[in-house]
Amino acid sequence: MSQAEPDTQAPAFQLKGSMLAITVLELVRNDLDSLDRQLAAKVEQAPDFFNNTPLVLGLDKLPEGGLEVDLQALVELCRKHGLLTLAVRTGQAAYIQAAGHLDIPVLPPSGARERKLDLGGKAPAKPAEPQYRPSRVITTPIRGGQQIYAQGGDLIVIAPVSPGAELLADGNIHVYGPLRGRALAGIKGDTNARIFCQQLAAEMVSIAGHYKVAEDLRREPLWAEAVKIGLTGDVLNITRL
Amino acid sequence: MAKILVVTSGKGGVGKTTTSAAIGTGLALRGHKTVVVDFDVGLRNLDLIMGCERRVVYDFVNVINGDATLGQALIKDKRLENLYVLAASQTRDKDALTQEGVGKVIDELSQNFEYVICDSPAGIEKGAHLAMYFADEAIVVTNPEVSSVRDSDRMLGLLASKSRRAENGQEPIKEHLLLTRYNPERVNKGEMLGVEDVEEILSIRLLGVIPESQAVLKASNQGIPVILDDQSDAGQAYSDAVDRLLGKEVAHRFLDVKKPGFLQRLFGGRE
Repeated sequence: MSQAEPDTQAPAFQLKGSMLAITVLELVRNDLDSLDRQLAAKVEQAPDFFNNTPLVLGLDKLPEGGLEVDLQALVELCRKHGLLTLAVRTGQAAYIQAAGHLDIPVLPPSGARERKLDLGGKAPAKPAEPQYRPSRVITTPIRGGQQIYAQGGDLIVIAPVSPGAELLADGNIHVYGPLRGRALAGIKGDTNARIFCQQLAAEMVSIAGHYKVAEDLRREPLWAEAVKIGLTGDVLNITRL
Repeated sequence: MAKILVVTSGKGGVGKTTTSAAIGTGLALRGHKTVVVDFDVGLRNLDLIMGCERRVVYDFVNVINGDATLGQALIKDKRLENLYVLAASQTRDKDALTQEGVGKVIDELSQNFEYVICDSPAGIEKGAHLAMYFADEAIVVTNPEVSSVRDSDRMLGLLASKSRRAENGQEPIKEHLLLTRYNPERVNKGEMLGVEDVEEILSIRLLGVIPESQAVLKASNQGIPVILDDQSDAGQAYSDAVDRLLGKEVAHRFLDVKKPGFLQRLFGGRE
């Protein structure tokens, strides 16, 4: 029995201090309408940045004695633009009370060691654009003797591929029609490349250099069917689409 | 401006010249001013099939070289008002044709005719290339056998990529499939490809099916285009094809095995 008893003496938690880089929205004047408009413009510039981003609302730079900001409206406005309010930074009693009502922690007013966040065109939060190459799309029949190469991407054919035609792609090959010619996918060595076709009647299929010729393909039970062809280890797998 | 039609196939002996003569004659019969141009320089046959071989003075190469004018070289058909032939040279070879020269001749012809029919030589080399280069429409002549279908397929690829229309990024050449020497009996026995098989592989519009017929050989030897033999099935089939070319909807005939008639079964008859 004592084995199952948890060790109540061992610590269940640790307290640690940590420095977090966090965005502070510093309100300069009490004008929620302008804030709404200007935030929307920022969101358009850097949509990735405004995606459930944690935020501290800085109210300590507001001119004293002016109109009081409606804190609840401000928090809702921020949420609308994808900014989640973690805390309010203020020294004014009225705001501390309002924050208490909304269950939002209060931080003391800032020192001076903050720098302005630059959200301009090249927002730091935005990850580098992945290299994207559009697929090559062919809509007319590919005849014997023709060779089509999709460099750096997929080849999509929405027409029949005749015997004697050759399809080459660094990526996948899709044929929405009968595939009667040759299809070589992943010719730069991508073993994850695949070949899809509506009717397998190919002279040869190859993925990353592993190939099958018509003589072998004809013995496949899925000959003349809609199939996908992928590579597992060294073996070409032909499965029903 | 004339419509420029090329009759081509890739493979030899499938009936390009017979078809050029028949289609040209058919268009002229329907009142369209037509010229048939033989591109088979060195192996000219069109003049024989059209029955004008004894009246060839100047030929296509003479016109290109400027030795003769088009007016001098064009041979008027004896039977039909609207039909002309431009013969190929028998003493030269395909290198005598230049793209510039052919282009000039075609341009001049298209100002005076409604239809210019280019009878292509076999192969995919210079002669065949120049025959199809300027075309607006193509009739791809195919026999119901695998090698002919493969060559036609290759030719269709060239029509789509190596023509003037393709190079200028214009609307592509309109392609028509003409299946010749079709024998429904042999198709039924599985010795010959059927219409559907060929249509499926080539996937272009079917212009017509010309049955294998004794009338074709007879017509060739007599120098009378087979379309003028309106008693023969081949002549009628070509006639239907011309109507379809002009946009008429005509049902396909001669696709099924002929059932012998009652009297024929009683007495036996010649084919």
